[in-house]
Amino acid sequence: MKTLKIEELSKNFGTTEVLRKINLEIDEGNFLVLLGPSGCGKSTLLNIIAGLETINEGNVFIDDYNVSKVEPKDRNIAMVFQSYALYPSMNVKENMIFGLKQAKTSKEKIEEQLQKVSTFLQVDKLLERKPSQLSGGQRQRVAIGRALVREPRIFLFDEPLSNLDAKLRVEMRREIKKLHQQLKTTVVYVTHDQTEAMSLGTKIAIMNHGVIQQNDTPEIIYNKPSNTFVADFIGSPSMNLIKGKIIQNSNNISFIADGSKLEVPINNYDFKEKSDLNNKEIYFGIRPEHIYFKKLNEDDFDINLRADLSEYIGHEQIVTLDYSNQEILAKFPSTIKIELEKEMKLYFDLEHTSLFDFNTKERL
Amino acid sequence: MQDNLQSSSYKQLEQKSKYTNMFLRWFLYFVLILFASYFIFPLYVMVVTSLKTMEEIRQGTLLTWPSSLNFDSWLVAWGGRGYGAGDTFLRPYFWNSIKMVVPAVFFSTFIGAMTGYVLTKWRFKGDQWVFLFLLFGCFIPFQAILLPMARTLGTLGISNSVVGLVLVHTVYGIPFTTLFFRNYYISVPTELVKAARIDGAGFFKIFFKILLPISAPIIVVTVIWQFTQIWNDFLFGSTFSFGEAAPIQVALNNMVLSSTSVKEYNVDMASAIIAGIPTLIVYVLAGKYFIRGLTSGAVKG
Repeated sequence: MKTLKIEELSKNFGTTEVLRKINLEIDEGNFLVLLGPSGCGKSTLLNIIAGLETINEGNVFIDDYNVSKVEPKDRNIAMVFQSYALYPSMNVKENMIFGLKQAKTSKEKIEEQLQKVSTFLQVDKLLERKPSQLSGGQRQRVAIGRALVREPRIFLFDEPLSNLDAKLRVEMRREIKKLHQQLKTTVVYVTHDQTEAMSLGTKIAIMNHGVIQQNDTPEIIYNKPSNTFVADFIGSPSMNLIKGKIIQNSNNISFIADGSKLEVPINNYDFKEKSDLNNKEIYFGIRPEHIYFKKLNEDDFDINLRADLSEYIGHEQIVTLDYSNQEILAKFPSTIKIELEKEMKLYFDLEHTSLFDFNTKERL
Repeated sequence: MQDNLQSSSYKQLEQKSKYTNMFLRWFLYFVLILFASYFIFPLYVMVVTSLKTMEEIRQGTLLTWPSSLNFDSWLVAWGGRGYGAGDTFLRPYFWNSIKMVVPAVFFSTFIGAMTGYVLTKWRFKGDQWVFLFLLFGCFIPFQAILLPMARTLGTLGISNSVVGLVLVHTVYGIPFTTLFFRNYYISVPTELVKAARIDGAGFFKIFFKILLPISAPIIVVTVIWQFTQIWNDFLFGSTFSFGEAAPIQVALNNMVLSSTSVKEYNVDMASAIIAGIPTLIVYVLAGKYFIRGLTSGAVKG
């Protein structure tokens, strides 16, 4: 049984296609993050799961029960919004129990739930306050509390941290993670922040233009992005994509960047399909953190590149390098002294490369 | 030496800017007082005249203070002289106006709030067209609809009645009240409605429990606007009602213009003030809510 299953779901706003044939499954207790740039349809998808938007095609199942046409309140979900959406005229207590009162829960049960949740979230001293008298972090807690008292099957979070300042955001992120560890409720979480996605999610679904690009664990998303969009979206700075082609002869496969003669051996790359590779136009993807200053592994490939620019960002520096007229970035510890406008010997970690078809942008 | 020179010239500049500021300040006061008196002056004349006897008025001293505080003309304006035919006084028409303005303001405000709520929080296909047509209602000159409206009232059998006027004012208030509420609710995050829907609240519950409690500022604005419009209306009042059903502005006009004998300026002035007092009261009572932002900080940080 899947806690949440989405089947062939499509959604249009007029002639604009917002979601196209979405398929998604979440097991009990998982933390799924919907990640993507603004306008990719992630919030629409969340609203559809909540029942706040209608569906054009496809179905949504919660616990194997088709809820596509079920009212939001009957879906056994709770949602936390970006603007917190606390009812301005009600105090914290009224805000938190509003849903239970609508559901005609007994007074004793309401009191018990309120007690439990407000102590758990440390808002029990704020119960009589109006939302306008709370700080950003407190509002966020109350909003989560309002969701918690309903004891839902699925928690939906719509960019809940975007309105907080940087420091508070990191704190609340940790609290949400803690919360999930303790409660083990299934969560669907929408964000455009990759750090948030990486640190919170047990699964990440990366979306673009209404299509799920990749849905996997954070590790796989980071190490084996399924196309150039994912490769480019995840990581900061993002993955270097060097344009070039494959040279294949007898038992040697290598990569040559456009305008270069240097052959980079890619024999050990885990190709999905090994045939018909010769002369194939590809992107050679390597993350800035996988270009080393010192040789770390036996297989590291040494290469001479010219450094053009160095950006100091505290614990490390980002160096812009020139690879036969293509700009690539590398990340080094800031203790290393880089001489600009000069060639230096660097090492590519070939264990951590990704190859993409130039035309389809898909992983090879 | 250099420093000294510098500091003395700074002192001069300081002195100079002090004088400039002082001059500007006094100039500002002067202009403000000028404009204020421009507005207050007619009112002064009205009040003073209403307190004078006809004798005093005939002496032609428009601006002088009355010799004694004489409220007789006020009593006449309000309650008449007590003889039968031809004695027009404001009291019955004042109540006509109250009976017209209270329901008309209530219904137009309520319907406007509801429409504004639907147009912003329950968007539907073509809702912008509905809004556009409503806006159109704001710009239609009311003279243009007098005849069709008269027909409608006749068909409904409520012409020349307070009920008819309530209907007319409610209908023609809706474009404005909708505009007010729509523009207010558009700034209320739709997430509030979403959260309430997930919490299990329906269409009316969301309106009454979530949106109306935060609408105080716009309700006040709308009520002031509608009250002023309807109370001061002369066109609809004079077209759709006559005789006993007329609102106060029509009665005032009848009193002042169709007076058979001598023009009684003191009674006219008192009547005009009586007709204007309710609007003033509404402004004084509700004015402070005008400025209050009741939702501030309620939803976002």
